[in-house]
Amino acid sequence: MDALLLVEQGLNGLQLGVMLFLMAAGLTLVFGIMDLINLAHGTFYMVGAYLTAALVPVLDSFPLALAAAVLLTALLGLVVEAVALRTLYRRDHLDQVLATFGLILFFNELVKIVFGPIPIFLNPPAALAGTVDLFGLKYPAFRLAILAVGIAVAVFLWLLIARTRVGMLIRAGATNREMVMALGVDVRLLFGLVFALGCGLAGLAGAMAGPVLAVQVGMGEQILILTFVVIVIGGIGSIRGALAGALLVGMVDTMGRALLPAAFRLVMDAANASAAGAALASMAIYVLMAVVLAIKPKGLFPAH
Amino acid sequence: MTRNLLTLASALALLATPVAADTLKIGMITTLSGPGAGLGIDIRDGFALAVEHAGGKLGGQDTQVIEADDQQKPDVAVGLANRMVERDRVQVVTGVVWSNLALAMLPTLAGGQTFFISPNAGPSQLAGAQCNPYFFNAAYQNDQIHEAVGKHVQDEGFKKVYLMAPNYPAGKDGLAGFKRYYKGAVAGEVYTQVGQLDYAAELAQLKAAAPDAVYVFYPGGMGINFIKQYEQAGLKGAVPLFGPGFSFDQDILSAVGESALGVKNSAQWSPDLDNAANKTFVADFKAKYGRIPSMYAAQGYDTALLIDTAVKAVGGNLKDKDKLRAALASAKLQSLRGEVAFNTNHYPIHNIYLREVVKGVDGAVTNKTVATVFTNHADAYVKDCPMK
Repeated sequence: MDALLLVEQGLNGLQLGVMLFLMAAGLTLVFGIMDLINLAHGTFYMVGAYLTAALVPVLDSFPLALAAAVLLTALLGLVVEAVALRTLYRRDHLDQVLATFGLILFFNELVKIVFGPIPIFLNPPAALAGTVDLFGLKYPAFRLAILAVGIAVAVFLWLLIARTRVGMLIRAGATNREMVMALGVDVRLLFGLVFALGCGLAGLAGAMAGPVLAVQVGMGEQILILTFVVIVIGGIGSIRGALAGALLVGMVDTMGRALLPAAFRLVMDAANASAAGAALASMAIYVLMAVVLAIKPKGLFPAH
Repeated sequence: MTRNLLTLASALALLATPVAADTLKIGMITTLSGPGAGLGIDIRDGFALAVEHAGGKLGGQDTQVIEADDQQKPDVAVGLANRMVERDRVQVVTGVVWSNLALAMLPTLAGGQTFFISPNAGPSQLAGAQCNPYFFNAAYQNDQIHEAVGKHVQDEGFKKVYLMAPNYPAGKDGLAGFKRYYKGAVAGEVYTQVGQLDYAAELAQLKAAAPDAVYVFYPGGMGINFIKQYEQAGLKGAVPLFGPGFSFDQDILSAVGESALGVKNSAQWSPDLDNAANKTFVADFKAKYGRIPSMYAAQGYDTALLIDTAVKAVGGNLKDKDKLRAALASAKLQSLRGEVAFNTNHYPIHNIYLREVVKGVDGAVTNKTVATVFTNHADAYVKDCPMK
């Protein structure tokens, strides 16, 4: 394998990692600060993608549709938090899992009723539809846009959490929730904001994934499992951990798919090598998770 | 509970009228949720349209269709198959989309002497050595669709083709079928995870291998992911893309739009096939469900037609399994794709067409028939099947 191809695969891994980070950041915030297991996080990712797809023809602009979809998804998050989740904070995790699983079924069915069972159309904006020449490497422009958005979000979250008063409360909430409540902080408002922020990020991930992936019912559950792997590896509640975990998972998954079949081809025939490589590559991230947890049971950057 | 009551009510109704013939009970176990749901829903809706066209009576019998969602999971499908046999006591189970699920369900259904008529999954195992008296396929044997594109790509003179498919039974069947008729060099043969989302790593390898054509088998959402990413990687137009109908059917075309224009693919059916039954089907399907039918919808419809034909032939006697089996096996099915006969392994002998993705007169992206690749084509495994 030549150097240019290796660079391209590295870029692919980075880009997949950034995509996962957009999902994981919201999930880990909600989990770490509110102590709420939100299986419906993938639902907001789906809603973000569907809203973008529906709004692009109306607004005739991808960035506008994306911004509107992210805001609407965050708003939906506020409503869902107030209506369905507020009563669950004091219940145990099993109740939360059951309730948020119910939300998945509800929203999947709702989307199916509104948009129909067949996946819907969403392509990148014309300006980003082609490839960009990076020193002789032709790379899809939209994937670079995903990379840029992911880095911007990482910087934004860092500023928010490290430099603002809200961020201070979020950090405090993640470390010791009872103490924050005892100090008279309006936890209900804080939780609502955190949940809406998490949903907005999931919506943004969905809107950015929509042009690359199928916009279909159930798309959220496909990426949710990977997202949980990411936050468990990174350490629950830690944005830094989510970033590190996401990049690690993206890189291991991409490199596994790129290199393992080639490695097997050295010792067996092409068809078997491809099948064995594919089977092992699909396990790679779970092996990674097992290794990380064996060494650091609370993840790479535990928040507590 | 409601369903139990309904079952009880229909049982009582049967007791009350002992002269009435049996109710035809059909178990529709298909994928109704999750990323594969588009396929299952089209099969279900196509089947339902045929039942409606028959006035609610397939083969002249009162027909009850019991729906169940297999979630594209083999263990769930086996559990449902068991339920259909033990509790609902259906005579026929249909609906299965995925080959791995069909293979998992068959022992339960055959053990319960329940006919299993696949409207889609046509794994090579069940066409060859493991063919089964209780298994029928109304659609195709997996390989057949791929063989047609293999022949076309061979005839067009391509010499170095790159092959990709998901790592499951139908994926293996697909590439085996393609290579049965394509004799040139294979630039790469890649199996990916079922349900894979991101193909960036594989596309980079593909570009580096510099093939003169690419053949991909990616049904459902995988196809949408792949086609979008293939175009975004700048490969559309640079390297011609081919695939079986599953990779370029209506469920995918409405999501990728013009990205797939011009791609040649193959199927046993196309919405523009010129016969009266097909025209009625396409028009009524559009009117009822508000979308263009996919090949899966047509297969659901054909499966109902096969049951209709066989039940008519046995005069509504559903108790005699041997007679019903003989009627299914000898059916001259007047399907949406003309007359279809069944081979000794219970798989169809039929035409396979080459289609092209085009923009229709109404602006919708759809498939158009461009050639007949095979006429009365039998599958490659029938010789290994012990049923004669």
